[in-house]
Amino acid sequence: MVFMKINRLNQVYASVLIDAVYQMKNYPITLVSNVIAPFSVLILIILVSHGQLLSISIEGALITAMISSGVTLQIDLSHIKNDFKLQDMLISSPTTAFTYTLGMAMAALVNALPALTVLTILSFLFIRTNVVGLLTVLTVLALIFAFSVALGFMLSTFSTDIQQNRAFVSILTVILATIAPIYYPITYIPASIRDIAYLSPATYAAEIAQNAIGDLKLSASDLTIDWIVLIAICGVLFIIAIKKSHWSDP
Amino acid sequence: MEDLLECKNLTKQYGNALPALQNVSLSIKTKGIFALLGRNGAGKTTLIRILATELKQSSGSASINGMDTSNDAKKIREQIAVMPQEARLVPWLTPRQTIYSYLLYRGFSRSEAASKVAGALARLELGKYENTLNRHLSGGVKRRVLLTMILATEAKILFVDEPTTGLDPVIRADLWGKLNELKKTHFIFLTTHYLEEAERLADMIGILENGKLLGLGTLDQLRSIVKYQYSIRIMQGTTPDIETRIGEVIKSADGSTQIFTTETDAEEISKKLVREKKRFSIYPISLEDIFYYLVRKPIEEDTIHNPIGKNGVHED
Ligand SMILES: Nc1ncnc2c1ncn2[C@@H]1O[C@H](COP(=O)(O)OP(=O)(O)OP(=O)(O)O)[C@@H](O)[C@H]1O
Ligand SMILES: [Mg+2]
Repeated sequence: MVFMKINRLNQVYASVLIDAVYQMKNYPITLVSNVIAPFSVLILIILVSHGQLLSISIEGALITAMISSGVTLQIDLSHIKNDFKLQDMLISSPTTAFTYTLGMAMAALVNALPALTVLTILSFLFIRTNVVGLLTVLTVLALIFAFSVALGFMLSTFSTDIQQNRAFVSILTVILATIAPIYYPITYIPASIRDIAYLSPATYAAEIAQNAIGDLKLSASDLTIDWIVLIAICGVLFIIAIKKSHWSDP
Repeated sequence: MEDLLECKNLTKQYGNALPALQNVSLSIKTKGIFALLGRNGAGKTTLIRILATELKQSSGSASINGMDTSNDAKKIREQIAVMPQEARLVPWLTPRQTIYSYLLYRGFSRSEAASKVAGALARLELGKYENTLNRHLSGGVKRRVLLTMILATEAKILFVDEPTTGLDPVIRADLWGKLNELKKTHFIFLTTHYLEEAERLADMIGILENGKLLGLGTLDQLRSIVKYQYSIRIMQGTTPDIETRIGEVIKSADGSTQIFTTETDAEEISKKLVREKKRFSIYPISLEDIFYYLVRKPIEEDTIHNPIGKNGVHED
């Protein structure tokens, strides 16, 4: 039996094609929605910040973009798996769960490209920071993106239909976005309920990023704790995702 | 040489339900077409999904070309391609984009994928639809595009779960021709509810009922399970008085009576029917007869075939 050489990069590219490129090409409405997405973010930033907190909300919008990529990914993956059974065709092919998911995550980024571009420009205009600050923000964004993607993938493998899907999406949104102080400093949350925010990994990410751009003053020990918790949560989730996801059905 | 496909006591239980597959053992030595028949819920899709490494069995084992479906899934996946029963095309893609991206997923380079797409579409006469959105295609054309996806790969082992469901008779006959061509170089595991399809295409046939494999073999081997060589169908309302000694009598819901019998008895019975001026037809047993014979019988403890029951008559 001849074993062919598998081109892994093209497997990633295939996901980008079906879930981003072809989608925008064949359904221009998705292109329109991707392009106008940043405007809703901008309005949010202006309303929430009242002209102040501008840097914090731009940075918050970036974190939100990473989180919503994971949430959208969960929806798209479940849709492709449950409604088209395309995932069955891929499981039984040389595609791996990793290249497939990586490709879908890239597709989510491609779809978010207009929003990300606008936010990047705004960041350069309104956020004052140094190289360390910039690298810190990028690392935090990457971690929170990886976290949401792993979570999105794992949940999609459990979901069997759109109702379960909806439940997952609203739980994800609450945990990752609603309870976390993404667009404002955590000190805006009343002290009595502030602890709830620490249930969300996005809170640690936001704190580190806000500290890096000078909108929040964290003590060295708090900052260290934030990093440890954020990395630990991501690490644990990755392990759970690898062990518990059902690429093929149990 | 190892078997192309082998299952040993394969059992699958979903949750606490009755097992969907029970101790299925089978072995297929060479390429060609294996047709799996069985009523709705018999376990056909479950078996395909286990063999295609999409689903884990509860117990037992299965292997393809000596590679275990649990331990060597990665290697198996390079050699198989599957068309799931419930697969649907992604509506926002065109057939060309669908097949092209599937080939990329299979690991082909972009140029290889692009050159294979055109050939594959032409092979199933789908060229004119290549740039139509999938959601605009008719149901049968959609199924053909799905089939084209797996035929475009270089996989020599294909699993196709009800490939011809929803196809018009002309296209189906055409597809039979193509499958007959392919089976010279491929192993094709197909499920179908069209018994004629299995009769025409299959080198080996399996009959699954309630998760148990009731019959396995070539058409001739299956005929020998039934023990009788002839089937006599007597039209409705004229059930004659026939001794049960001569074979097996099944009364159908439509009022007709079917008798499975041996060659000598068939001759005798038909003479009698002619004398009594009954309307009847007589023919050597077909796959359809074997199928009805096997799946209508209550399943005995094992899969042992005991064609004549106590009184030899089933009612349904
Ligand atoms: N995911 C599942 N969870 C629970 N039970 C299932 C699942 N899939 C199938 N079953 C059950 O397993 C049994 C076999 O189903 P399967 O789909 O394998 O049958 P089939 O022979 O392919 O039927 P059909 O001809 O209708 O396609 C059925 O009783 C079915 O209800
Ligand atoms: Mg089925």
